[in-house]
Amino acid sequence: MSEPEFASALQNAVARAIKDVASIANLKRLSGGASQETWSFDGVGPAGTQGFILRRAPGGKVVPRSATAVALATEAKVIRRAAKAGVPVPPVRYVLEEHDGLGPGYVMGRVEGETIARKILRDAAFAEARPKLARQCGRILAAIHAVDTTGLDELKTVPAKVQLEQYRSIYDTYDYPHPVFEVALKWLEERLPDTQDLTLVHGDFRHGNLMIGPDGVRAVLDWELVHIGDPAEDLGWICVNSWRFGETHKVVGGFGEVADLVAGYAEAGGKGMTAERVKFWEIFGTMKWGIMCMTMYQAFAQGSDRSVERATIGRRSSETEIDLVNLLYPKAAKP
Amino acid sequence: MMDQPSALELVTAVREFIEKHAMPELQGRTAFHARVAANALAIVARELEQAAPENDAERRRLQALLQHDGTLDSLNRELCRQIRSGRIAWDDPALARHLTTTTLAKVAVDQPNYSGYVRSPHRGPG
Repeated sequence: MSEPEFASALQNAVARAIKDVASIANLKRLSGGASQETWSFDGVGPAGTQGFILRRAPGGKVVPRSATAVALATEAKVIRRAAKAGVPVPPVRYVLEEHDGLGPGYVMGRVEGETIARKILRDAAFAEARPKLARQCGRILAAIHAVDTTGLDELKTVPAKVQLEQYRSIYDTYDYPHPVFEVALKWLEERLPDTQDLTLVHGDFRHGNLMIGPDGVRAVLDWELVHIGDPAEDLGWICVNSWRFGETHKVVGGFGEVADLVAGYAEAGGKGMTAERVKFWEIFGTMKWGIMCMTMYQAFAQGSDRSVERATIGRRSSETEIDLVNLLYPKAAKP
Repeated sequence: MMDQPSALELVTAVREFIEKHAMPELQGRTAFHARVAANALAIVARELEQAAPENDAERRRLQALLQHDGTLDSLNRELCRQIRSGRIAWDDPALARHLTTTTLAKVAVDQPNYSGYVRSPHRGPG
């Protein structure tokens, strides 16, 4: 499908499905990956102009998504549930149907704000928001973890033990020795939590997926890794040093403290969260990001994406290895 | 023996070309990939300068830990197996020292500006 054909099919779909939209303008592609593409456009109608985002399958084709990603229609369903539970999310306005000819995907209202970590962590516009973000993230995560999952049977249940085996098996597939990941796998295996209260887990709660304004978090984006699991997973993931973008001393996303994250979580009704549970998942997440870097390099090595970016990201695994060394051997004698 | 320029000089020449001449002409995703390409060449340059002595030192440490010789690849694979089987405890002090030294050397090539490396408590003064 050419871009004009795509634009025309999209206009037909939204004009039919969304009230007060007669035509579309300013269509532009924001990003594209192996699992989804994102477009921004304006819906123009008698009542004025509204901003929209389309998230759809790459090229509109029904492709098998990675083992951990959910279907786009499931994403849309979960976002609608989360909205009802008080989670700040973009409003889902329309889920694409087969007769639209655009492939699987959905249209949401465009939320204005910033997702680029370096701006959020450094620009003066966010100076007042920054000290409040950790607590706010805690409150939002408590709301996410309270979302009713009844009937969301397509979501996979992935407690720590299952996820550890998944990542060990992915790492083993690449058949390249990383002794530091072996140490992390061992450390995690010896401390696997036997969490009984599994909840909805966003699965990728970090910079890039948080739309932030001077007033704080406006929307939680990118729900493709949503699953049922240990709620501490989400709190640990945003503490991974890779998401602090150089602001290492501020453990939560480079803007805050774990104590504030956990306090916000409890304030909003989240149960039984501790810094220790968060730490387990920070270490898990650090290893996971290292293995994900190996996975992205594999897209280059196996030929599906021969970009220099996919090749080079393989050399970022060692960033997570030094983080793991710092975390697991905090008092090791200097060599 | 190869003629001049050295491999290090060649990759440096290409990196400088990308940074000084190509990148100002580029936009959007192509500019982004050009920056990544320049970074990749900087990794290659550091590897050419640093990796040989670090690899030798890593191999000597592995020989001492595992009590026999082998290639860097085979020794690392065996170390992985021994950590996984528990034959070497993950918190064994000799292992901890080896992995700390090895990882610092790897990141010094891959991403020497990475915060976890710059501020690692394991880095000695200077």
